[in-house]
Amino acid sequence: MSALPAPLQEQTIQEQPVNDAPVIDLHSLSVTFGRRQILKNLRGDLRGRAIGLLGPNGAGKTTLIHTLLGFHYPSAGTAQIFGHDIVTEAKEIKALVGYMPERDSFISKMSAVHFVRLMAELSGLPPEAALERAHEALFYVGLGEARYRRLETYSLGMKQLAKLAQAIVHGPRLIFLDEPTNGLDPPARLRMIKLIREIRDSGKANIVLSSHLLLDVEECCDEILILRDGQIVVYCNLEEERKSNRKFLMLETRGDQTRFVEALGNLGCEYALTGDHRLKVVLQNGVEVRDLYRLAAQEQVQLRRLSYKRDSLEDIFLKAMENTNGGL
Amino acid sequence: MAVYEQTYKPYTGKLTPEWSRFLIIPRHAYRGVFSSKLFTAFFIICFIPLLVEAILIYLHHNVNALGIMRVNVRELIPIDAYFFQTFVNLQGGFAFFVALLVGPPLVSRDLRNNALPLYLCRPFSRTEYVLGKMSVLLILLSLITWIPQLLLFLFQSYLEGFSWFASNLWIASAIFIGSVVWILLLALLSQAISALVKWRVVASGALLGIVFIPSVFGEVFNNIFLTRWGSIISIGALMKSVSAGLFGTFVRESGHLRITDINDNVTEIILREPPLWCSWAALFVICVICLALLARKVRAYEVIK
Repeated sequence: MSALPAPLQEQTIQEQPVNDAPVIDLHSLSVTFGRRQILKNLRGDLRGRAIGLLGPNGAGKTTLIHTLLGFHYPSAGTAQIFGHDIVTEAKEIKALVGYMPERDSFISKMSAVHFVRLMAELSGLPPEAALERAHEALFYVGLGEARYRRLETYSLGMKQLAKLAQAIVHGPRLIFLDEPTNGLDPPARLRMIKLIREIRDSGKANIVLSSHLLLDVEECCDEILILRDGQIVVYCNLEEERKSNRKFLMLETRGDQTRFVEALGNLGCEYALTGDHRLKVVLQNGVEVRDLYRLAAQEQVQLRRLSYKRDSLEDIFLKAMENTNGGL
Repeated sequence: MAVYEQTYKPYTGKLTPEWSRFLIIPRHAYRGVFSSKLFTAFFIICFIPLLVEAILIYLHHNVNALGIMRVNVRELIPIDAYFFQTFVNLQGGFAFFVALLVGPPLVSRDLRNNALPLYLCRPFSRTEYVLGKMSVLLILLSLITWIPQLLLFLFQSYLEGFSWFASNLWIASAIFIGSVVWILLLALLSQAISALVKWRVVASGALLGIVFIPSVFGEVFNNIFLTRWGSIISIGALMKSVSAGLFGTFVRESGHLRITDINDNVTEIILREPPLWCSWAALFVICVICLALLARKVRAYEVIK
């Protein structure tokens, strides 16, 4: 069958953002499936170049992405992407975004280049441009040599790269990556992380990276949004949070530390037990290290080791999981 | 994002118009469909009755050929509504088998491979997706049903003259409406089954079953209750009635039964087909059910409540 010619419109995919609008603006967004509320009253404007979406299983990360993509309707509130409403301007948003789903998703009995070309055409690219960009995208992700092979014959890592290629083939301004390193071996994971960082550093696309692997988010993202039970518990700039003057102390103790820990709490210090005889403590203003030694002596606990540690993403995440009021 | 640059580059070129994007699906689907030599051969066979039809029309008007063969084809096979209806019904049968081969995997393959999110995360709606998938069948089936039939109607008009064309224009509309209703029904049925059943073989079996099993039950019902209302559940019978109605050959009284009881009392029963509007209504209900099924199943992700 010959190609059905379609006249071209004077229209481009790179629409200008609406007056420095945030990448994602959440306006009391709630999503309910049946009687179960999955996302609860999410608010905030996300402006990061690469935003990491974190949370335990079932926290609502994927549902949030799906809702932003228009797959689910909000039960209350709404959200905007680059100033476009997700309910009333879904088609405009879809022209600006790329999506790499978590699960294996492809069209069977197609070569990679045919598959990526079809996806580009569905995004509105004319057939010739779609074919050209399909080749380019596959070379870019490292599947250049295997681009004429059928997708069914690809390994898991290659399928992930093909999914990334279809997500970027039309040059979107925002790319949703849902668990992009799932099931990848270490070299393939590193390759994927490198690609994501390259796209981020190009400055031509924003990225929303959903993952339960903290290391992936830490390596790729500058902002993080942590969800728990469908609620935002943390939204912060990772670098600023790391640089903030909140001193973490790693303590290793000997002896019964129960009363020592209680005394730390009474002193106003935040703490977390990280194992037997291991503690993480955040010193509050006015509390000095010598106060800890005094408390230890008072409670007959030996301090075997005391070291300073900067706040890692793991710390931020663990605290968010422990904290009920949403504060850090 | 040129290969030599190996950097991420946005696309800044022109875009195709949104209304035409559903046609991308059939264009790509035909590459797969016609890669099967068996299907291609069958599709060519579908044109043989049309060739026979064209030859009969030609012979009807070629006096020399008739003289040589010493056959009065004009009296043997008159070119009238019944002639066209016969060939439209015959092509309808071929259309069913084409739909049986092409239709079932169209949606089920995407569902099996979780491809729907990839379609629907683009500026491409669910309606466009269904329209695109249906177009695969609608275009193919049009090529073997109403398009050649209308061309043959024009051929006959050309040979017979304008007065024949003017007085038989209703036959053209009957050809068009009858064929379109049938191929639309086939496209909707195969898409709905394809969306329900993920496996091609099962989907093909289900399509066969939906067309033939109710016909059997309908006949059993007709024979037990001495009526013709059982035909209302038979898709074949419904289409036959609708086609006959369009070509002006529909007769409600389809038979007489004489029943003699043990006291030798004779009862005569006139068998009446369901009225035409019932057949149209039943087809409409089938189409609505198919659309409802498609609306329910064609989603990026199915939410289990």
